[in-house]
Amino acid sequence: MRRLALAVAVLAGGAAVTFWWLTRPEPLDAATLEALAALEADPARGEAVFWASGCAACHVEPEAEDADRPVLSGGQRFETAFGAFIAPNISPDTDHGIGGWTRAEFANAMLRGISPSGQHYYPAFPYSAYIRAKLQDVADLHAFIETLPESNMPNAAHDLGFPFTLRRGLGLWKRLYLTDDWVMEEVPTPELERGRYLVEALSHCAECHTPRDRLGGLNTAAWMEGGPNPSGRGRIPDITPDELGWSAEEIALYLDSGFTPHFDVAGGTMAAVVRAMARLEAEDRAAIAAYLRALD
Amino acid sequence: MSLRRPLFATTLGLVTFATAALADTDPAVEARQSQFKLFAHNLAVLGPMVQGQMEYDAEAAQTAADNLFHLTRHDQGRMWPEGTDNASIDGTRALPAIWEDLDDFAAKFGALQAAAENLQGVAGDGMDALRPAVGQLGGACAACHDDYRSER
Repeated sequence: MRRLALAVAVLAGGAAVTFWWLTRPEPLDAATLEALAALEADPARGEAVFWASGCAACHVEPEAEDADRPVLSGGQRFETAFGAFIAPNISPDTDHGIGGWTRAEFANAMLRGISPSGQHYYPAFPYSAYIRAKLQDVADLHAFIETLPESNMPNAAHDLGFPFTLRRGLGLWKRLYLTDDWVMEEVPTPELERGRYLVEALSHCAECHTPRDRLGGLNTAAWMEGGPNPSGRGRIPDITPDELGWSAEEIALYLDSGFTPHFDVAGGTMAAVVRAMARLEAEDRAAIAAYLRALD
Repeated sequence: MSLRRPLFATTLGLVTFATAALADTDPAVEARQSQFKLFAHNLAVLGPMVQGQMEYDAEAAQTAADNLFHLTRHDQGRMWPEGTDNASIDGTRALPAIWEDLDDFAAKFGALQAAAENLQGVAGDGMDALRPAVGQLGGACAACHDDYRSER
């Protein structure tokens, strides 16, 4: 009887250790951090990365007006199947924002979804797209965000149900879904390569336009095919070429002006996305359009 | 009395059912959707000009802007009856939020009217005047779609 109890205890202990091992945060390795530290960061280049990455769309206050230099005080609420996530303050305020962060801490957040204190972030923060971002872009983005206005808005807690309140389990989610592989494997032209970088890494289009499975991972077999809107009624549109039916030129014009080919005007969450996309170079909007047209 | 009450309830139920079933042809909903189609019909002249897809034509721009000015003067009073939101009926993307804050909804329509008036004033004055005015109009559309229209 005592041996049985001991065996159960050993097995349970073994399971706990295995869980602990599998769910451990895995930050950037030393060589990557060294390469990152050696980079010269340019906030002007970072501004372009900022708009391409759509940071403001989620991290400004709920009713914030469009601004050249947005205040990233957080507070917007995102309803999902797992509960509601509240976007945090990522302004350069040292108490409530990310003002005290090192470049390495910023990169671990962006590229690995790990906080400075070593906790997993929830993938509502699209690090599963940003993982494909170039180190130079991450360094530049960090430099730009440091120039933005500070906000002393305190962070609100996410509104999640058990067991999603336990961040440690996200280590398993990352094992399943966090990959820096590209979804579009072949990019025969520089424009397509740029488009892929923007769509799959920085602009994280798939986060909304690709349906998710029951564990909240992207169903890459239905890449950009849209699906039910997790945050309300209606559907996120399918933007594959046959379903969308827009030419590359029409897509690029839409991302610039918000006008669809039928001269409807973007609304909802896409309106904020378009406002950011309108600030990109025209070549970048054309590259995104080329990528979307190349999906099969 | 005791007979008529269930009959009344049944009739009321049928009426409610019929109303719900026919709701996608609610004349008020049709009217407001037609109005938005007419907005788009005129934006289809101005949009391509500012996008560089169509050469600037002062007369065509002015005509479209005049139309938008007059279209946005149409009184909205009977176009938005209670119960014509997308939670109550099919065939509309109008969010219940409209009726939760009618003052703000009206203010946003007012911003559209102001943008259309500004546009009417400058549409014939060349591309440099047209571009920001169309931008302002598009911004007024988007501001309302942001809060009061559901995703498709």
